[in-house]
Amino acid sequence: MSKQEIIKAVKTKWTDAIEGVDDTRDLTIRVKKGNILEICRFLACTPELGFDYLSDICGVDCLSDISRGAVSSSRFDVVYHIYSISKKHRLRIKAAVNENESINSVESVWKAANWYEREIYDMFGIVFDNHSDLRRILLPEDWKGHPLRKDYPLVTDVGEKWLEEKLVTHVPV
Amino acid sequence: MSEVQELIVNMGPQHPSTHGVLRLIVHLDGEVVTRVIPDLGYLHRGLEKLAENKTYAQFLPVTDRLDYLAAISNNLAYCLAVEKLLRLDVPKRASYIRVILAELTRIVSHLVWLATHALDLGAFTPFLYCFRERELLLDIFEMYCGSRLTTTAFRIGGVPKDIDGQIKQKIEEFIQIFPSKLNEYEALLTNNKIWLDRTVNVGVISAEDAINYSLSGPCVRGSGVEWDIRRAEPYCVYNELDFDIPTGRGVGDTYDRYLVRLEEMRQSNRMIKQALEKMPEGNLMADDPRVVPPTRDKVGTRIESLIHHFHIMAEGFNPPVGEVYQAIEAPKGELGFYIISDGSPKPYRMKIRVPSFANLQAIEKMCENGMMLADVVAIIGTLDIVLGEIDR
Repeated sequence: MSKQEIIKAVKTKWTDAIEGVDDTRDLTIRVKKGNILEICRFLACTPELGFDYLSDICGVDCLSDISRGAVSSSRFDVVYHIYSISKKHRLRIKAAVNENESINSVESVWKAANWYEREIYDMFGIVFDNHSDLRRILLPEDWKGHPLRKDYPLVTDVGEKWLEEKLVTHVPV
Repeated sequence: MSEVQELIVNMGPQHPSTHGVLRLIVHLDGEVVTRVIPDLGYLHRGLEKLAENKTYAQFLPVTDRLDYLAAISNNLAYCLAVEKLLRLDVPKRASYIRVILAELTRIVSHLVWLATHALDLGAFTPFLYCFRERELLLDIFEMYCGSRLTTTAFRIGGVPKDIDGQIKQKIEEFIQIFPSKLNEYEALLTNNKIWLDRTVNVGVISAEDAINYSLSGPCVRGSGVEWDIRRAEPYCVYNELDFDIPTGRGVGDTYDRYLVRLEEMRQSNRMIKQALEKMPEGNLMADDPRVVPPTRDKVGTRIESLIHHFHIMAEGFNPPVGEVYQAIEAPKGELGFYIISDGSPKPYRMKIRVPSFANLQAIEKMCENGMMLADVVAIIGTLDIVLGEIDR
């Protein structure tokens, strides 16, 4: 399926939920976050589209965009990279999520979403509704802050403080 | 009077068969596994955060530290992604050199997998055999770029060195002898009763589940899905090479994935042979002064070139605003770089889609259906994970 055919198929079904389409390079469709689960299910289950493979989900902190005065006023983007093994086409879906907002989990469509969404929760603090096991995945469970946010410093003493709390250090005899 | 109690065993993070610092919390009913909960993050170094604070060229050596058993594949994926962002065309000869080295890396990665997987399951000899051949390949890498593991073998815009003369001769010697070595491994394992008992019907995953869990590489092909990014979305010069995609016997068990990886090594050998024959003459680096620094002799003799070189090295280059996703078929599966550029010399966001992360997630599914504790070791081995890329 060509890019235009994919756009057409999605647009006919989800006219109101689409916020923007960019087909200059990789095909990107921006959707409203409230419809994310239904749209993903539509993309995965419609035979002509056949997006059966979830390559990746990742978060993006748009803090700098906001400070530059970009149109989108949401703090985060959740970006889904999906692929069709039979049709061999790729698609990028984006949904904007603000701070203190949550987005529906797509775990019921692709099981692989479980860990990807945990990683986003860990790194950005974005909460996924209806997720079966939303815990931190890479960092310790009692870690403070979300490192991939743009306002989280590159060099910090958070780690050292965490270690001090955790470890019983060597006591000289 | 007896009471049935669930036993929880903590496996790792320091355990030789978890292939790195992976921790598994295994729930057992007797010897039968009821649940496996992986615990990750012991090797988390924040590479994605680091990427946002380095220029594009500076991040290249860091990619070596993702999948440290197949550093050249990581270099390739990263270079292709940045080149896609820059809309930069790489000379044909450089693409051939990239393919040759990437396929040699696939062999190295699969050799380490076979060696450790067999060792975990009690076969010691394959370990010695595999590392014997791996040594030859690491010597070739050392001749090419000076290091054996953390290679940084490519540059954005091409390759730094040609494959000719002694290196070419070494590679030709290797591909000449390697098929017979593969037969040696097969003689030890393929029809071995113990090997069959430990791998057949262990860690079964259906094609449907494999896709739903986003397995990629030999793990998904072992379930009978004929999907290889080298064929589906050809990059470099894979569309000019002839190769088969092995899919095993269609059961989706550990033995299938073993067969797939062995056959992949044969196919890689075939591809390297073709690439060496077809490789055209030409430049090694793209002709684009925005990105590619001047050659060493010019830097040494001309002040403009020296300034130019300094400018690229110190400040980096400014790619256009935009975002790209580029995936390649790494030895372990789909390795993709998603780069968002805001026009500055440093990426705004870089997400690395690593194959092992998704592959490991399926371990819970594979350990269902009455697998034993000893089978967990086989399943970790067959997934061929590297914690360096899982934790990033």
